[in-house]
Amino acid sequence: MLKIDNLNVFYGPIHALKGISLEVNEGEIVTLIGSNGAGKSTTLSAITGLVKASSGTITFNGKNITNLPPYKIVKMGISLSPEGREVFPALTVEENLTLGAYTRNNHNDIREIFERVYNLFPRLRERIKQAAGTLSGGEQQMLAIGRALMSKPKLLLLDEPSMGLAPNLVLLIFDLIESISKQGTTILLIEQNANMALSIADRAYVLETGRIAFSGDAASLADDPRIRKAYLGG
Amino acid sequence: MHALIGTLINGIALGMAYALIAVGYSMVFGILRLINFAHGAMYAFGAYMVYFFVSLKLGLLPAIMLSILMSGILALLIDKVALEPLRKKKSIPIATLITTVGMSFIIQNFLSIEYIFTSEKKGFPSLNLFGSFTVGNVTIQSSQLIMFVVALILLAILTLLVNKTKIGLAMRATEQNVKAANLMGINVNFIISFTFFLGGATAAIAGALISGYYQVISPTMGSLIGLKAFSAAVVGGIGILYGSVVGGLVVGVAECLAAQYLGSNVRDPMAFVILIIILIIKPTGLFGKKGISKV
Ligand SMILES: Nc1ncnc2c1ncn2[C@@H]1O[C@H](COP(=O)(O)OP(=O)(O)O)[C@@H](O)[C@H]1O
Ligand SMILES: [Mg+2]
Repeated sequence: MLKIDNLNVFYGPIHALKGISLEVNEGEIVTLIGSNGAGKSTTLSAITGLVKASSGTITFNGKNITNLPPYKIVKMGISLSPEGREVFPALTVEENLTLGAYTRNNHNDIREIFERVYNLFPRLRERIKQAAGTLSGGEQQMLAIGRALMSKPKLLLLDEPSMGLAPNLVLLIFDLIESISKQGTTILLIEQNANMALSIADRAYVLETGRIAFSGDAASLADDPRIRKAYLGG
Repeated sequence: MHALIGTLINGIALGMAYALIAVGYSMVFGILRLINFAHGAMYAFGAYMVYFFVSLKLGLLPAIMLSILMSGILALLIDKVALEPLRKKKSIPIATLITTVGMSFIIQNFLSIEYIFTSEKKGFPSLNLFGSFTVGNVTIQSSQLIMFVVALILLAILTLLVNKTKIGLAMRATEQNVKAANLMGINVNFIISFTFFLGGATAAIAGALISGYYQVISPTMGSLIGLKAFSAAVVGGIGILYGSVVGGLVVGVAECLAAQYLGSNVRDPMAFVILIIILIIKPTGLFGKKGISKV
């Protein structure tokens, strides 16, 4: 479904991605783990067109989407719940979700997605008219994921959805990610919480300072002593 | 007493037209955190286009329509040609600012071109289309009424557009977080162009209204009024539409009162006196919120 081939990204002189290649197949949960500054978020920014690739290609369902503007990429069926949530603070929960469906025009369709998102996140339904900036961290995270689902993406990109959440909320968010996946959305998940990510993922890539250091199916990576030592706390 | 009421009516009519210019500053500021110093020149351009098309015997209303369209397109082009490339290069905000100042002089100069316009003042068709009428012992010019009603309707339409339509929601989203707006599938460059178009179009309408009221235009007519309207936008809290309306009214009424009771040479400084007083009392303007920075 998604194929990244030898991707290089620079921020001025900083070489953030040094020729990474990875693949996500339809129906999978793939996780991209790695320490702070490894280039995980940059990978998602390049996929969504927020940063330019200096070389390499990104293809989605056979189409070359490298360096297309973000709005075209959303239209093709890729959607990102960004690191740090980035909700629109002064807009209501409902307006935030409406914006998530910006690329959709069919009203019945939009109403149906609203229902689906409210069923996944009943908390959001209770706060429809509340300004997003006044939600708790966990609620904002739900809003960010819900908003990303509103465009009915074929591929959902999640950047550290568990960041800053209490342990019980982390469990809830991971449960929800699994249900979204079961409902038929392909997922590329970035996590600091590598244990949790590997437990729900089919396959995984480990990123170290802009390069893919390891890759393979999630269960065997979770057993790999090198990875246990570096990322899973021993 | 009726002198006071007459002055108030005059101030309110003028203030609504100021508000129409002020919202242009406010909308562009909201999206780009940029003060568009070419906006006053756009107002003059709008008035000159009406004058030009009227001189071609097109009739006042068609001339105004064409002027609105051309001014909107000019504003959009200014952004595309001069400002968007600067944003792409992530240049410092001050570079964009001085570019808009430069643009304002280029437009002003165009309006004083020999053989077409010249730098002389010109007569402008009167907006006093239905004469004047008297209520009690207060006389109201129909030009005042037209200015008030047209500005009111336009401001209401703008408010509805921003608050109730899909493109308005996209404008508000872009205002708050450009990156997230991109991720929603919003074509942010289109939203910015659209905002500039609206700014140019409303400036042209204000240009037609105020010129029709005073019945005179000159190439530099936009500079003082532009600064007054900018003050009005800041007084109300820049970036907030209804703030611009209140700011416009405050400035319009204050300067008419000042001219009536303190002498006509006190009229023009009033906008700035109010600006200074309001900003000392409330640095974000009357309705402004904290946390809006950048240039
Ligand atoms: N906007 C930016 N400007 C400059 N450097 C950046 C920017 N964003 C990220 N970087 C740098 O790129 C590298 C990768 O960052 P990032 O993709 O955010 O890592 P991760 O998400 O894995 O923590 C880091 O060295 C970071 O400092
Ligand atoms: Mg990151």
